[in-house]
Amino acid sequence: MFIVIAMMFGGIAFGYLMRRHRFTHIGRVTIFFIWILLFVLGVEVGGNPNIIKSLHTLGVEAIFIAGMSILGSAIAAMLLWKNVKKNEEKSKDNER
Amino acid sequence: MKGSLVIIGFFILGIICGVTDIIPAEVLEGNISLYTLCALMFCVGVSIGNDPDSISSFRQLPRRLTLLPIATILGTWAALVVVNLLLDFRTTQQCYAVGSGFGYYSLSSIFITEYMGAELGTLALLTNIARELLTLLAAPLLVKYFGPLSLISAGGATTMDTVLPSVIRYSGKQYAILSIYQGFVVDFSVPFMVTFFCTI
Repeated sequence: MFIVIAMMFGGIAFGYLMRRHRFTHIGRVTIFFIWILLFVLGVEVGGNPNIIKSLHTLGVEAIFIAGMSILGSAIAAMLLWKNVKKNEEKSKDNER
Repeated sequence: MKGSLVIIGFFILGIICGVTDIIPAEVLEGNISLYTLCALMFCVGVSIGNDPDSISSFRQLPRRLTLLPIATILGTWAALVVVNLLLDFRTTQQCYAVGSGFGYYSLSSIFITEYMGAELGTLALLTNIARELLTLLAAPLLVKYFGPLSLISAGGATTMDTVLPSVIRYSGKQYAILSIYQGFVVDFSVPFMVTFFCTI
């Protein structure tokens, strides 16, 4: 499965070597592949009665995991913000 | 926002095709999704490598603020400890794989489907869509109670596109570059983190 990540690095190298040529449509091609993959995931989910039955509990679980993740990240960002502020004040004091 | 709805539309269309057996699941047993995933990752790589500004424009950021993506990742992982304790029917590995999508639902759900099956892939899709939508909804509250950086952190990988307009509106215009930088770094890290938690 690491081939997938190797493909990304291959793409980076290719994009960098070809940087004189702008690939303006790459975003649309990317979205097209995402559509295919999400469609395929949907077919797989739809064909599996067990997942269909548990779709609403999965939804509740999803909101819980997402909400907690947002809260955790927000608190970590607040700590960094306070640290940056304190540091700015300190360097202002030093200038005086 | 419109783009996300179209993507969800394709997922729902797939579900309808699967439930009604228009496309039998056997058709998908080959490696279609793996090949498509490889092609997708190649395109993601090309778009990074082909943009000369993507790396150089981040050099002007204040040095301490470049730690923001690390704060985002560590904050989410800390919260997942609690999630893991409360959802005792999920393994630690599953919680971390799903949570480490950071809102990048298309890629993380596809990866997790490949490694852990369709049920967890669906949970990853729903969780990471929920992260994007909840961030957009809670944007003013996050900025009010947790400061301007928290909105960028909450958005995870989505702050370079869908959440960027909210960051400019609620955190301020001066945070736009930081927001793009954070989205870029987290976006780039998601495939590694998800692969890591799926394969350990």
